Order: sequence, then C-alpha cells, then structure tokens
Amino acid sequence: MITIDSLTVRYGRFTAVDDVSFTARSGRVTGFLGPNGAGKSTTMRVMVGLTRPTTGSASISGRPFADLPNPGLEVGVLLDASAQHAGRTGREILTIAQRTMGLPSARVDQMLHRVSLTGAEADRRVRNYSLGMRQRLGIATALIGEPEVLILDEPANGLDPAGIRWMRDLLREYADQGGTVLLSSHLLHEIEVIADDLVVIGNGRIVAQGTKAELLEAAGTVVRAASPHALATALEAGGISATVSPDGAVRTEADATRVGQAALAAGIALTELRSADGAGLEEMFLELTAESQREGVAA
Amino acid sequence: MSTTAVTLEREVAEPRSRKAPAPIPMSRIVGVELRKMFDTRSGFWLMMSVGIAAVLATAATILFTPHENLSYDSFAGAIGVPMTIILPMIAVLAVTSEWSQRSGLTTFTLVPHRGRVITAKLVSTLLVGVASIAIAFTVGAFGNLAGSAILGIDTTWDIPLENIATIFLADALGMLMGFTLGVMIRNSSGAIVGYFVYALVLPASLGTLAAYQDWFHDLQGWVDFNFASAALYDGLPSATDWAQIGVSGLFWLVIPLAVGLRLVLRSEVK
Repeated sequence: MITIDSLTVRYGRFTAVDDVSFTARSGRVTGFLGPNGAGKSTTMRVMVGLTRPTTGSASISGRPFADLPNPGLEVGVLLDASAQHAGRTGREILTIAQRTMGLPSARVDQMLHRVSLTGAEADRRVRNYSLGMRQRLGIATALIGEPEVLILDEPANGLDPAGIRWMRDLLREYADQGGTVLLSSHLLHEIEVIADDLVVIGNGRIVAQGTKAELLEAAGTVVRAASPHALATALEAGGISATVSPDGAVRTEADATRVGQAALAAGIALTELRSADGAGLEEMFLELTAESQREGVAA
Repeated sequence: MSTTAVTLEREVAEPRSRKAPAPIPMSRIVGVELRKMFDTRSGFWLMMSVGIAAVLATAATILFTPHENLSYDSFAGAIGVPMTIILPMIAVLAVTSEWSQRSGLTTFTLVPHRGRVITAKLVSTLLVGVASIAIAFTVGAFGNLAGSAILGIDTTWDIPLENIATIFLADALGMLMGFTLGVMIRNSSGAIVGYFVYALVLPASLGTLAAYQDWFHDLQGWVDFNFASAALYDGLPSATDWAQIGVSGLFWLVIPLAVGLRLVLRSEVK
C-alpha cells in the first residue's frame, strides 16, 4: 500500500505538487493520470525518497521509503528507463541490482527471460537499446526483488503493441496476487484497460480520484436512436439534459438506467445505449485537466 | 448502480505475508560500487591505464635516463606523474557518473541513504587507489631491476620506506581532491576540468605569484594545498610541512568536502 498524505513540493515560488493525498491499495492497479508537467513524476520521486517534500509525507506499507531496510525487496521502482549508465550491458545493470539486494545470481537470467530479453540482447550495452528494450530492462530491475509494491512511471512508453499487452497482463497478475501497482501514464487507453482506481492530477493538484467505475460513470452516457433529435427532446422532457453530436449520437451526463427509462417512457426504440467510456476517460481527462492543458482545450 | 460496482470490484487477495528483509550491509554496497568502477568500457580502460601508464613510464625511464642517474627514485618519479592525473580522475568519475549518466536514480532508490552510497564510493575509490599505487611501485621495482640488468649497473634502491608511505598519502589526498570536486560539481566534465584547473593551472599561476611577490612566497605553503602536499613526494615532510598540509587542506579539502557532501545528501536526483 502506498499512502500520500498532504504532499506539497515547492521550487521557489513554483508549486509542483500542491496538497496531494491519495492511497494506492494492495490488490489493485492504481492509474496516475495527468498532463505533462502536472506533478506525476515529482510525486513519484518523493515516494522513493529522491525528492524531499516541502510538507506532507509519502509512505510505503506505513513506513517512509528511507526506513525500508532493503527497499528493492519491498518496492519495485521504474522512474525513467533511460536513466542508466549507457556503457553498461543490460545484464550488468540487472546484476548490480541483484547484488545490491543480495539475491542469488540465477535471478538475473530468470528476470531476463521474464521480460523477454535474449542473452545476446542482455550482453549489449544499453546505449544500443531501443526505448522498448530499456523499458523491459527497467521492469526486470523493478521485479527482480519480488516486491509487493510497484511504482512505475510511464512504463508503456516505447513498447510495441505486444509489449503493452504483455505488461498489462503482468501488472494485472501482480495486483491479483495482492500486490500494489501504481503506474502513471498519459496513454489513456492503457490506463483505462488496466487500472482499477484512478488518480487524476492537473497543475499539481488532484482533480479527481476514485474507482474507474465511479469516475467513468460520471462521464455520462452515449445513446442512439433512429431520430437523434426526437430522442434528445424526449430526454429533455424527462429532465435529462442532452446534446446531439454531429455523428448522430446523443450524449448526456445521466447514467444509462435513467436514459433507458426516459426513452422507454417516450416509446423511442434505442439502437445503442452505453456508458461513455472509450472516449469517456479521454473526455473526463480533458475536462478535468482543461485548466492545466497547454493547448487550452475547452471541455 | 451497486451491481455494476460489485461486478467491477475484484477479488482482492491478501497481501503476501513475508518477513522483514535484513538491512543491506555496508560491505555489499562497497562491493557493488567497486564493481561499478570496472564494468563499463571507459571505466575498465581507465583502470587499465594505471598499469599501462606505469609500464610506459618505466620503459621511458630505462630508455631516456642517463645511466649514472638510474635508480628506483627515477622510476617512481616517472610513474608518479601519470598517477597524479589518473587516480583523481577515477575518484571524480566514481561520484559524478551517477549524475551525468543518471544511474543515481536507481542507485539511490535501491539504497535510499545517500551517505552510505557515498561512503562506499569513497572506500572503493581509496581501495582502488591503494592497489594502483602498489601496482605502480611494483612495476617501478621490476623496471629498476630490469633497467640495471640491461645497462649492467648496480641496482639502486633509494626511496626510504617512510617516503613510500608519504607518497601513498599524497596520492590518496589527490584522490580525495578529485572526490571532493565530484561531490561539489556532480558533473563529469565539469569536475574533470575543475581538477585540471586545480592541478595544472593554479600551480603555474600561484608559482608565478610566489616568484614575484615576496609576501606570497612565504604564505604559499599555508594557502596552496597542491604546493603544500607536494612535500610528501620528496622525502619526509618537516613539522612545518605537516602544519601547512593541515592548514591548506582545511580550506581546499575538508570544508569543500563537507559542503559537497551536504549538497549530495540534500540535492534532488532527477
């Protein structure tokens, strides 16, 4: 379990992280979402003791990170896959982690196998690695101590579709076995597929948090009928505000149950009725972080 | 609504119970840091350069030193020059690569007490330094034996044991200086340039100053650490020499090292 309590990080007058509190629970994958520069990485660096908080605290299983006697065995960390000495081989980087944690040396080959790096690849120097290979190596380093908590910053970056699927399965399995997984990403689809809980951050502040189900429910419903305008009128009559998209879909913030009942009462046959996920997370993300978006996207 | 929540809620397994791990012993961190000094191509060849430079300097001494002057001291002197450059570079890079190569992100996460990591780096640096100087003296001794045999002259051993000890100390102080620049600057090229300014540029300008300004001539030993510690190479230092090494070392080594360590412990690792 990871607990962040009233965490604030200031650099001079700039507040990078502003009074952030959340908990990443065991047995669940927590997605940490936010636009670039929102404070995700800073928050994660505070969790592992690389950055000092101005106020507030972060703890892993109830203890500050620095109090963990051998942190690699309790927390697997991948903050930046490219932050490795370019002149070391992949195998050497894993060996350093294995030795630091005091693990048997056979673990290195096991982990290389687990992240699908071949022996030849492992003996190449990291400067010759693609970003995807660096991510795999970074994940191997995070997993080598069999920790019960994983903290991963943008782990899907640079992975190919098969790699993304592989990682998703791996993290799912980790959480299902009782592990705590916190991963940040701006790849919304990835987060949506894998996360159980979401924490959305913008401009250093938490703008939303909760289970994925709760948050996406808030994103509303998409509904279609033969005549969108008739449907929209019927929903308005039922006290549900709705808008008609150019593609003929009717969108509303009400949940699917109410929308279905209103349509039934008006005698309109629906051709589609679903919660607005899919686009939902993206909509929610853009809406919640609108103020902090560089592009100034209006929700 | 509640049904949706229930179906999406997963069966949460109990966290695997495990016993608390033992703390990482210091010896292991030193071992890892020692390994990291050798495990890159550049690091490996930097280490090899100690032996290579010693052999080259020895060969040059046999070839170019007039026969009547050839003694152990000629070999030690010739090998000593590259050592005073290479050893501090080893010390600089042991510290700065964590920042310049950003590997510190992993290092300081696996061992979240930077003081322990830096101490381990200092210990492994000094171990490498002592081993290097021992190798240099050994190569020089073989050179002295070979040189005198080739030239058909008597083998002269003219470095007293206590002077060997002070040469060890002088080289260790040079490494500490490199280490200090490493923790102060935390950037490989910056710290290396810093060392060359300290070791090559400053002595020339301060030497000039001392040559033309009488007031500085008497003062130099007390304020110029490089100048003061040079006494360690030429026989046993006098009490005044020791005092000068101590006083100038306070300003050049002890205080900057303390400041640098504080910066390392507090700075953000990105």
